Amino acid sequence: MPMPDQNLTDNTMSSRREPVRSPEPVPLKLHVPEPAVRPGGKPDFSNIRIPRAGQVDRPNVDVDAEAIRDLAFSVIRVLNRDGEAVGPWAGALSESELLEGLRHMMTLRAFDARMQMAQRQGKTSFYMQHMGEEAVSCAFRKALLPGDMNFPTYRQAGLLIAGGYSLVEMACQIYSNTHDPLKGRQLPVMYSSREHGFFSISGNLATQYIQAVGWAMASAIKNDTKIAVAWIGDGATAESDFHAALVFASTYRAPVVLNIVNNQWAISTFQGIARGGSGTFAARGLGFGIPSLRVDGNDYLAVHAVAKWACERARRNLGPTLIEHVTYRVGAHSTSDDPAGYRPKTESDAWPLGDPVIRLKNHLIVRGAWSEERHKQTEAEILDTVISAQKEAESYGTLHSEQRPTARDMFEGVFAEMPPHLRRQRQEAGV
Amino acid sequence: MPRRTMIEAIRDAMDVMMSRDDDVVVFGEDVGYFGGVFRATQGLQAKYGTSRCFDTPISELGIVGIAVGMAAYGLKPCVEIQFADYMYPAYDQIVSEAARLRYRSNGQFTCPLVVRMPTGGGIFGGQTHSQSPEALFTHVCGIKTVVPSNPRDAKGLLISAIEDPDPVIFLEPKRLYNGPFDGHHDRPVTPWSKHDLGEVEDGHFAIPLGSAAIRRQGQAVTILAYGTMVHVAQTAAAEADIDAEIIDLRTLLPLDLDTIETSVKKTGRCVIVHEATLTSGFGAELCALVQTRCFYHLEAPIVRVAGWDTPYPHAQEWDYFPGPARIGRALIETLEA
Ligand SMILES: Cc1ncc(C[n+]2csc(CCOP(=O)(O)OP(=O)(O)O)c2C)c(N)n1
Ligand SMILES: [Mg+2]
Repeated sequence: MPMPDQNLTDNTMSSRREPVRSPEPVPLKLHVPEPAVRPGGKPDFSNIRIPRAGQVDRPNVDVDAEAIRDLAFSVIRVLNRDGEAVGPWAGALSESELLEGLRHMMTLRAFDARMQMAQRQGKTSFYMQHMGEEAVSCAFRKALLPGDMNFPTYRQAGLLIAGGYSLVEMACQIYSNTHDPLKGRQLPVMYSSREHGFFSISGNLATQYIQAVGWAMASAIKNDTKIAVAWIGDGATAESDFHAALVFASTYRAPVVLNIVNNQWAISTFQGIARGGSGTFAARGLGFGIPSLRVDGNDYLAVHAVAKWACERARRNLGPTLIEHVTYRVGAHSTSDDPAGYRPKTESDAWPLGDPVIRLKNHLIVRGAWSEERHKQTEAEILDTVISAQKEAESYGTLHSEQRPTARDMFEGVFAEMPPHLRRQRQEAGV
Repeated sequence: MPRRTMIEAIRDAMDVMMSRDDDVVVFGEDVGYFGGVFRATQGLQAKYGTSRCFDTPISELGIVGIAVGMAAYGLKPCVEIQFADYMYPAYDQIVSEAARLRYRSNGQFTCPLVVRMPTGGGIFGGQTHSQSPEALFTHVCGIKTVVPSNPRDAKGLLISAIEDPDPVIFLEPKRLYNGPFDGHHDRPVTPWSKHDLGEVEDGHFAIPLGSAAIRRQGQAVTILAYGTMVHVAQTAAAEADIDAEIIDLRTLLPLDLDTIETSVKKTGRCVIVHEATLTSGFGAELCALVQTRCFYHLEAPIVRVAGWDTPYPHAQEWDYFPGPARIGRALIETLEA
């Protein structure tokens, strides 16, 4: 069937004077994107283009967004298959910093495993793990300075761990016990720590992305030196809040880093539903004139280097940067989810960017700074640390135990000062 | 008659309507291939294809916005918002658009759409998986609001909602999906298969919007409730040994005021129960209507039992939830007044 515009061309070009025939109408069809593979199929990531490590240039931080459009379609990588750090983005971290980074990722992984188990044992209601995405938040945190503020989602606990937040407090929040810094008000993992540059997590997706821009603008208004960092998942970029954040960040050149963690899935929905016809998530930034980069999210060194680059831009009044972290959610979305219903069980084994912990471990071994043996030993040490933090937290209670925030606590903190109607209600509740 | 859970009944209603009417389309977050996080749409995409049942980007504004456009075109979208707590981005499309389209275009464009959303607490979902925003909808002119309390009603009311020529908000109390809830969270859950209202007719059957159901006949006091609280109120009356008449409103707008009025005139007393926060809740509207209609028959002040005026907490869920003990105290207070 001829396309209507082809017909139009034919008619215009024709020298014969024929009556204009209207083109035959084409029945329209709804396009609904589908992932390459569903359960039962063979995992296939051949559609994901991955350049070799070290291939992508490192532009100056004051580069024009227009000049680096290609970075929104490539992937910045430092660690190659042999575990070497190569290319212009390599070399920013010392060996001891890398060893520390490895410990952070291992701690996050061990903590996740324990808390996941605690949820199964009924010690709390809910948990969300980071398996496969540890490098993103752990490495990014090391590019920040005291006073910078993150506006995280529920999958960036590495910001807390790499920032030295106490594992005991994290576990107390998860258990909603008497030592929970949020007094049992929030769902597990919805942490908040102003002191550690970790804004209170909402639970409503994307709402905080635009708030990060506001925080950054406030810093600029006050001629402060602190920057803000926004976080969002691939799926949640579909929310209007994301687009509003890009407009405002672009208009006011806010000192903010806008992160998208593309872990390929949004619960059961593959990233193609949110991405639509746009080649990549990073490409969303181009129309706003925001320098936009993609980075190998399973490469600790690459994430850190790109984070540093973007933070420097913000600190030097050069404005916002959009970063798409390309990674993979290895585990279930949450303890309420079972991915077997929507993706092949072996899909994570086929993920071409590997495992962030193993990749950094191998790099350190190649450098001669680490060994399998020391790794095993460290794993055991970290597990001990996590277990003792967990035990301490449990001594302050777990969700269904008697040791938990009181009914009286529930009425506090709605307002700075309790209004009379709440006072009456608290009285009526007898607490 | 077949027994169904509330989820199965809701799924069956959509299935029946999709098979009868090609214009019925179903979509939302995780709704297509996977069948929804509560599995309400499981199997519908396989049966009716991706043009009739599909996954959407995570944008509640987008979901309801395209539904308004489709409804105006002539389709009958029945969309899912994953949790009622996430409907706020869609609120402008509901309030300013769906609700007013018929009026402002003088009937040139109409909006026959249904927005389904799981609502209410009782699952340790914290402040973003527990809210009851019904009063935010009943306050809007031009939309109908439905809250079923059992599988049979859920199916019959959802079919009526899909067939309705105007926009309908369909709030599904998620605590009831798998069984009735008596308000005692520490007791084992009774499945719907052991409950009379778990019996649901096959095929097409409709319960008209705007009709309440009397769940228990009684003489001493009228209890007005909907959704989860219908079951909790039944427990409260039984435990306090009070001969209450319990009215399940089923639809909040349109409201079956005649059934309410007849009952309160008979009992002379009225207790209103909802899980949503107290201040400016739907109970305030009920209270105003009852006092206007029944003032000279009332023997005691009308009492409301509701969620406290705080965000829905996580750890203190059962201190927050208006359970049988609080309702029982209100019943006694009303009888002794
Ligand atoms: C406004 C809003 N809509 C829906 C949800 C329910 N929900 C929670 S997580 C999630 C998927 C998010 O996916 P993505 O943004 O990719 O983040 P990921 O979980 O993969 O880290 C959804 C739909 C929500 N929390 N908030
Ligand atoms: Mg995701």
